[in-house]
Amino acid sequence: MSTPVDAVVGAGAGAGSGEPPAVVPLPRRRRFSRRVREAGLGYLLLLPAFLIFSVFIFYPFFRNFYLGFFSTPPFPGQPKNYVGLDQYKDVLTSSEFLDSLKVTVIFAVITVPVGIALGILLAVLAHQKLKGVGIYRAFFSSTVATSIAVAAVIFGTLLSPQVGLLQGIQTEPSILQNPDPIINISLPVIRSFIPSVALTAVAVTTIWQNLGLSFILMSAGLQAVPDELQEAAEIDGAGPWTRFWSVTLPLLSPTIFFAFVVGSIFAFQAFGQIDLLTPRGGPLKTTNVLTYYIYDQLQFSKNDGKAAVLAIALFGVTLLLTLIQFQFLERRVSYER
Amino acid sequence: MSVEPITLRGTELSGKAGTEVEAARPGKRGRRLRIFGRYVALSVLAFVVLFPIYITIVNSLLQPSQIAAKSPTFFPTSPQWHTYSDAWSSGHLGAYLRNSFIQTGLIVAGQLVTSILAGYAFAFLRFPLKRTLFVVFLATLMVPFEITIITNLQTINTLGWYDSFAALAVPFLATGFGAFLLRQTFLQLPQDLQDAAKLDGYGHLRFLARVAVPLARPTIAALAVFSFLSAWNQYLWPLLVTKDDRLRTVQIGLKQLRATNIDQVNITFAGTVIAFIPLVILLLIFQKQLVRGLTAGAVKG
Amino acid sequence: MGRVAIRGVSKRFGDVTAVDDFTLEVADEEFLVLLGPSGCGKSTALRIIAGLEEPTAGTIEIGDRLVNDVEAKDRDVAMVFQSYALYPHMTVRRNVEFPLKTRRVPTAERNRLVQEAAGILGLEDLLERKPAQLSGGQRQRVALARAIVRRPQAFLMDEPLSNLDAKLRVQTRAELVELRRRLRATIVYVTHDQVEAMTMGDRIAILDHGVLQQVGAPQDVYARPANLFVARFIGNPPMNTVTGDVTRADGGVGVRIPGSVVELPGALGAAARSRGLERVVLGVRPEDLTLAEGGPIKATVSVIESLGHERHVICRLEDGQLIIVRQAANVSPPAEESEIRLAADAARLHVFDAESEQRVDA
Repeated sequence: MSTPVDAVVGAGAGAGSGEPPAVVPLPRRRRFSRRVREAGLGYLLLLPAFLIFSVFIFYPFFRNFYLGFFSTPPFPGQPKNYVGLDQYKDVLTSSEFLDSLKVTVIFAVITVPVGIALGILLAVLAHQKLKGVGIYRAFFSSTVATSIAVAAVIFGTLLSPQVGLLQGIQTEPSILQNPDPIINISLPVIRSFIPSVALTAVAVTTIWQNLGLSFILMSAGLQAVPDELQEAAEIDGAGPWTRFWSVTLPLLSPTIFFAFVVGSIFAFQAFGQIDLLTPRGGPLKTTNVLTYYIYDQLQFSKNDGKAAVLAIALFGVTLLLTLIQFQFLERRVSYER
Repeated sequence: MSVEPITLRGTELSGKAGTEVEAARPGKRGRRLRIFGRYVALSVLAFVVLFPIYITIVNSLLQPSQIAAKSPTFFPTSPQWHTYSDAWSSGHLGAYLRNSFIQTGLIVAGQLVTSILAGYAFAFLRFPLKRTLFVVFLATLMVPFEITIITNLQTINTLGWYDSFAALAVPFLATGFGAFLLRQTFLQLPQDLQDAAKLDGYGHLRFLARVAVPLARPTIAALAVFSFLSAWNQYLWPLLVTKDDRLRTVQIGLKQLRATNIDQVNITFAGTVIAFIPLVILLLIFQKQLVRGLTAGAVKG
Repeated sequence: MGRVAIRGVSKRFGDVTAVDDFTLEVADEEFLVLLGPSGCGKSTALRIIAGLEEPTAGTIEIGDRLVNDVEAKDRDVAMVFQSYALYPHMTVRRNVEFPLKTRRVPTAERNRLVQEAAGILGLEDLLERKPAQLSGGQRQRVALARAIVRRPQAFLMDEPLSNLDAKLRVQTRAELVELRRRLRATIVYVTHDQVEAMTMGDRIAILDHGVLQQVGAPQDVYARPANLFVARFIGNPPMNTVTGDVTRADGGVGVRIPGSVVELPGALGAAARSRGLERVVLGVRPEDLTLAEGGPIKATVSVIESLGHERHVICRLEDGQLIIVRQAANVSPPAEESEIRLAADAARLHVFDAESEQRVDA
């Protein structure tokens, strides 16, 4: 163990003569070796984490770009061949990729705002001082305990044509198999941006599963709104709706912003429920979000190169979205300072 | 401030505003009605939120024929308790749960240890390139999972770790989030503690073990809950690196359960409930930590 | 028009009674102070008037209306909170105009009223700033501006000065009094600071543990406290109170305190005796005591505190109880540890029943 004492008391100097002992600063060499020891300890403590990061995060990250240069031929057993940036160009301009991107964005656009809005609704309603409101708060948070698989299996079975709740209202094709857009609009341009029934079902499952988390987050944000402000607003003549818009919501905006940013990142990485509800990309690939597309290429087509390119695309899109959110949304957030 | 007096009465305000007071609302009755209305709203929403879970529990106790019937049954009159034991044993759910606990346990333990050590180093020790390294640690949070899986899969195969707990846990034994969180917490420890410890002759490691960690317990607990939830919920990675049924985690296990019990949906539902319960218990006990972990950084923006 | 009346108001929170059968009438344009130590229920009473809390019993009238069932926003009162409760995300202007906006006052008039309120409180240059950029005193003015902008029937103020530093507090106190004179407003003002109460109020209502102790003009409350609590609460340094037995003294009635017997003036003594009181508490304010050679009270000087303009001579009675005497600075002080004698102004003696703690009057 390193000795924490920085100086050496000049032991012999004052002994026996009644003078207070002199404090002598350490000779330069001792101080230097102490620093070295401290630095050594520092690096040592960081080593485990750094090792894991290097092997499983940094190395894969950089290697991924390299992998994108190789295309895998459709026949197994044959070696990969170097195609350079051509693969990047091909994949990123393919209609498959663009469709997948579109599906991913639509999915995020549905799940994130709705999830946040519902979270706010529940949090505001449960924030009141009513007797027994604690039970409701427990109920609203409960979906936090449902994991991805639990939620997906529940909804998957409930919506299945054979045994689901919709037995009486048999639809053809069944909900999770239905590639039709939920609203029928004839204009093909707009029509391509309307989510399919299947995608909507997956979105609903996701929103439900995230409700608990959203509720907890928004509740915490609400705590930061002092009661006194609500009271002042009430005396100032504001009804409950005005109080919500003029006082609560602006003060909740930092939390909402955080939920938006983090929620979008998670929405773009959604995978489990898609695999469980609509395997292989869903009816007509209408639930083929980017993560699923990547998985599909990895697991089934064994096309590492293409998967690598797609992964980079996903990374780029997520990064871009986050930057856009910071640039434009953060302006509307009212921080207190 | 000038000193002439000002008349204060409502005559100055025109229009609908000010001292024109509307007739008082139907007093006590109105208030009671409003409170009742709030309970109704809360109950409706609670019902909507809990309905899927409720139906799942109900269906887990019905017979397959009842479930498949056209008109839904909302309450099990002759509960089929055997579905639970079936799901547990022949459905392997017991094994799946065990696997999940092992996988999650390993990851949480690893993340706690590495985060505490790293957080301490960043907070209390001086060494060259400290700032750079910290940024590097934070940067790991930016790298999305999908980019790393391809190479990681190959690495796992090369190491021969396919179908092993090592494959499930090792890549996640460290987290930049944890290091960041613990660094912040350690930095908030009062300076006097360190000074007192120095005077008492505590070395760094003893200080860490005896003082820093115990004081940072709430944050560590919060981090533990957060890590637990993330690890427990993993789906894509276990799907990629395990194929053997003996190693399946509960998430993939449910997928398997559903596939092998297509006509015995009640067993699938029972399995879902079994998978659900441990988390409910855990989160009930640790709710405070859960909230703290989830909102670390959120509210302050 | 702007009167406020609460009758028989009680408020219970579970087992705790915050306010107990409180009856009080505030006249139009009166400045009434609710005074008391923390936890005495004064803030609760104010919130009940405002409509932020519902009373467990009792009625509240504002103006001529019974407002028990009227919501806070329709009661036509304005409130200034202890921590000002300014909307942090709005500019000063938006803060001040908020009560007008919610009542849909047309824009032109709204701007005029805001400008006027800003002018009264000297906020014209700060209208576009946000609360975080203002000092404590400035924020308080914004809170006041927001309150006056819609000319309510009554103002309710909950310890508005307690978050200001001492110097600012004195200055703002004076400004508040001026403002009140200008606006001719009815004000119900809550505070725990008796200096504020004495200097600002037309009348003071003192509460302890939810029970009204006394209501009256500051001078009355000071000169004739209704019970021991009020006697000890008002006045700085506080009134000296010593428990003693009623006894005969020189043909009249006196009170035996440790080491001395203090004679009571005729009428007071007769009142004490006619009520059959045996133990009483004798009260006399530090400024009504003087060091006098032949005085009836024997004491030993313990500590002398010199405050520049006056002196506090703290002495001990025979049994160690402390007595504080105010002495002018130009009189020579006694020596420490010396034995002295004190005399009290006979007209300024207070007697309280030792059991009921109520004042005994001649």
